[in-house]
Amino acid sequence: MFALSILCPLGLAGLALAVPSNRWRPWLLPLAAAANLVLTAGILRRAGTFRGAGWVALDPAGALVLGLLAVLFGVCSFYTVGYLGHRQERSNRVFCACLLAFLSLANLVAWSRHLALLWVALEATTLAAAPLIYFNRNRRSIEATWKYLLVCSVGIALALLGSFFLAYACLHGGLAPSLHLGDLLAHAPRLSKPWLHGAFVLLLVGYGTKMGLAPLHTWKPDAYGEAPGVVGALLAGGMTSLAFLAVFRAFQVCAAAGEAAYARGMLLALGLFSMAAAGVFVVRQRDIKRLLAYSSVEHMGVLALGLGIGGAATAGAFLHLVNNALAKGLLFLCAGNIHRAYGAKTTDEVAGAARRLPLSGWLFLLGLLAATGSPPFGPFQSLFAIGRAALEAGRPWVAGSFGFFLLVVFTGMGATVLAVVQGPPSPAARSTAYRDGLLTGAPLLVFFGLVLLLGLWLPPPLADLLRQAAELVEGAG
Amino acid sequence: MEALLDLLLVAIVLLNFFVLGTSRLRAVIRAVGAQGVILGVLPLLAHGAAGPRALLVVLPPVLLKGIVIPAMLMRALRTAQIKREVEPFLGFAPSLVLGALGMAAALALSQQLPLLPGQRSGLVVPASLATVLVGFVLLTTRLKAITQVLGYLVLENGIFLFGLLLMEAMPFLLEIAALLDLFVAIFVMGIILNHISREFSDIDTQHLSALRE
Repeated sequence: MFALSILCPLGLAGLALAVPSNRWRPWLLPLAAAANLVLTAGILRRAGTFRGAGWVALDPAGALVLGLLAVLFGVCSFYTVGYLGHRQERSNRVFCACLLAFLSLANLVAWSRHLALLWVALEATTLAAAPLIYFNRNRRSIEATWKYLLVCSVGIALALLGSFFLAYACLHGGLAPSLHLGDLLAHAPRLSKPWLHGAFVLLLVGYGTKMGLAPLHTWKPDAYGEAPGVVGALLAGGMTSLAFLAVFRAFQVCAAAGEAAYARGMLLALGLFSMAAAGVFVVRQRDIKRLLAYSSVEHMGVLALGLGIGGAATAGAFLHLVNNALAKGLLFLCAGNIHRAYGAKTTDEVAGAARRLPLSGWLFLLGLLAATGSPPFGPFQSLFAIGRAALEAGRPWVAGSFGFFLLVVFTGMGATVLAVVQGPPSPAARSTAYRDGLLTGAPLLVFFGLVLLLGLWLPPPLADLLRQAAELVEGAG
Repeated sequence: MEALLDLLLVAIVLLNFFVLGTSRLRAVIRAVGAQGVILGVLPLLAHGAAGPRALLVVLPPVLLKGIVIPAMLMRALRTAQIKREVEPFLGFAPSLVLGALGMAAALALSQQLPLLPGQRSGLVVPASLATVLVGFVLLTTRLKAITQVLGYLVLENGIFLFGLLLMEAMPFLLEIAALLDLFVAIFVMGIILNHISREFSDIDTQHLSALRE
């Protein structure tokens, strides 16, 4: 099962390089996504039997991310076919191959039970995503790709140093050094404390860079701003989830070593700082894709905060991981359509999207409500759970600033999104032939349906998975 | 052996300062390459191992860091016809001061981190952290994209140096994987570098400033 989940997308990536037709090649994506979805569903159904002791095995947190990615990629793959249909002037050979390679590597990250394997796989997803950001091949996309590569490579390099520190913490604690998560968790209390602390800081900074926690988020607005919308959806919903999983692994080791309090302090600080930084930059943000990037910075802050608060907030953070991916998927695909229809993405030129593109326009507005935590959508549930857990944990200041930053982001994002959606279509906008079609419209509805569903009803299997994932650090019961 | 090991560690630190202080780009590339070669050879001295297995550990990094990557960068330098000076955003003297501060910080930080009694040299951790910090200084204070790549390489060298403490204990699979990643990262960066120079006719990151708040 494991091998299939890695090799199937990878094989199709190879095939994508070989297919000569620019028109038919993108259909490999839904094919791979469907196969991956079926396979993942089978794996998750029998998740309990896949917990081995080897380098790869699936624990509840990994299973959650694996399932999440399968859904995200599944919906995005159909959209991509539609999107690339509008971009026939450009070869999509590398683009399709890299998307499929990204899926394969992302699955590997979810399966990794060894921190070195996790590191290699995560670094490889960074590299596989670079050509995706560079798809438009203009000056701005070069700049974005360069910043992304450099900042993320440096981050991931620090994470490697952190992994080394962790191995040395074993050695210094009198253990055989190992980066196997099972070994680390089993012997965690004997790890050398100073080295463990150093390791956690480096891992948090390193993988936090890839998550896009402020002040390590500098690559994010540029990369999300210049990449095609669907790539933004996959990065903001998928890659950040993988990076969060890596941070969670580091936290797991700390928690098992009895150093959870040390780690929590840092997660809280970074989380609140990210939300505050996002708040500063969303206000008067005219570029819709950059706006979404800052919203992603905010949501990553929420995830760190949830882990930092602990207790019920941990399950809340995992639920928010799912909600964030779905809401970001919806928003980025809408933004992609709007960008395509107007040939522009700033409020200077884009207005009246609700009239010109009824589906994308309205869903963009509803997606905004969802992403900022308004009921009845999914993120409301997870944000509410985290806020309530903060109060119950006796941290009124944390809960208060959490609420305040949410409000600031809501206002800031609301102003920009309303300017885009409302009013008459602006005369300054160029007229393009783009209208919402089946392939670029239906995926939006699917994301919208899912994000609404999670606000109204949490499917029991998902609830189980969330509870089990949280128990990995909170102890049973 | 131990004296030689310490000597080489000192050489690595001196190369850090050379990289920070010199204005000639070719010299910087050579210095970073030399640092890579020294790093590659260190495991032999640290563990006194010899034979085919040791060669397997030593050869890939030496070839990659000493020959392949410097050659790639030199080629980029030629084809993009980059001016052969470094053009710092921050002057050379302040960079050197920053480097010295970094060294002091690394020494102070490594005091906090206890070493196993059996480790051969107490200099490995401070030298490694100092090299990482110098990499950061290069990354943040130099204008040209190619110098940023060099900064990234120095940073990687620092991390690689830390791996020396683990070389006996960890499977060298880890090392190979890390090298492979480094190679791919540099390769991808090289491609982008090429595109930057084609698009902007040189590789000064000052051109890369359309995107900002």
